[in-house]
Amino acid sequence: MTGIATDLLPATRDALSVLLLAMADDEFVIGFSDSEWTGIAPMLEEDVAMSSLAQDELGHAQALYRLLAEIVEDGRDADAIAFDRPPEGYYHARLLDHPRGDWAGTIARRYLYDTADGVRLDALAGSSFAPLRDLVGKIRREERYHRMHASSWLERLALTTGEPRLRLLDALARLSPDGASVLAPLPNELSLVMAGILETGSAELETRWRAEIGPVFERLDLPMPAAIAEPAAARTGHSEAFRRLWTDFTSVRHAEPGATW
Amino acid sequence: MTAIAAIDEPAVRSALAEVADPEIPIVSIVDLGMVEGVEVTPDAIRVELLPTFVGCPALDLIRAAVEERLAMFGRPLDVRFGYRVPWTSDRITSAGRELLRTSGFAPPGNGATDLPVLVQLATPVPCPHCGSRRTVLENAFGPTQCRAIHHCTACRQPFESFKPI
Repeated sequence: MTGIATDLLPATRDALSVLLLAMADDEFVIGFSDSEWTGIAPMLEEDVAMSSLAQDELGHAQALYRLLAEIVEDGRDADAIAFDRPPEGYYHARLLDHPRGDWAGTIARRYLYDTADGVRLDALAGSSFAPLRDLVGKIRREERYHRMHASSWLERLALTTGEPRLRLLDALARLSPDGASVLAPLPNELSLVMAGILETGSAELETRWRAEIGPVFERLDLPMPAAIAEPAAARTGHSEAFRRLWTDFTSVRHAEPGATW
Repeated sequence: MTAIAAIDEPAVRSALAEVADPEIPIVSIVDLGMVEGVEVTPDAIRVELLPTFVGCPALDLIRAAVEERLAMFGRPLDVRFGYRVPWTSDRITSAGRELLRTSGFAPPGNGATDLPVLVQLATPVPCPHCGSRRTVLENAFGPTQCRAIHHCTACRQPFESFKPI
């Protein structure tokens, strides 16, 4: 074997694969979902912004899938992992299973996702697994722009009385049960913590996330996301909305087998 | 016939200085600080490039252009992108910054890499056309991942900047 993760214990390597799949699928699904705004965003600036954000996320997903392919070494490349699974084989968080919704729905989800993803990336910034640490170092620089975008829009919608605020509240209520799903525990994540790959476990990451967004939600008088009812199902049992998205994003690959991105 | 005198690192680097960025062709990949490592051995030429953005769609084009430019050396090439060192906008050379400015792009601020992004964006970017600092950020996202859109209230021209990252 010539793989880049051969010095890891098999159980650790498996847990790392699961983490990478979760991160890659998260970025892939939110990136593809947000790309649906291209051409129809509420204003031209946001058309450009959402398209650029989506391009960033799909780029992150591609890099993470490539890393995963090098670790798993089962003959699949990044494209095969990204496109050749049935819908139930995807491992993104339930938060990303929701349709993009209206503009308030997209902003609410982006804010919840970007802040949770940020906490996850921070916990990988000092990872003992160098290829992931290096990639995360680069991704974090880009994600700062995403967080700035989501934060400023969240504030705008929350502080504009009437329809904008009502739509935001409606979106947050809809997303609330799945709000914390990005940071739900992953199988065998303790082995990642013990190997120094991930700084700390999901419970602590969720605590950090809530501590970060809590003061913002309080200042804007918004309800915090609920606790996850079924943490073990936080990344399974995907929605009809996701199946429709899947049909879209696999259509080129199905029409032209072997197509690459 | 002008034979290539030597195949060494400086020769490879000067060849790379002629590879234009596909999105902003006025600057080369060397001006942008994308060339991290060049290694010349009797068997191969290895080039390590740093992507400006992870998902930059121009990476394959850049790799192809590098391979085409270095083909004259007649040695096997190993051109790859890596993240071992993160590309930051601070890597753009002063020559590169000047070229960006003269072609209507505001170069990114220096030493901005570790500042919180809101602080960077709150600082008005000098207009590349008239030099005024009376400019506003119109959109932190632009026509490519690495560019933002501004407006100069002095000369009333829109312009783009290279994002600090």
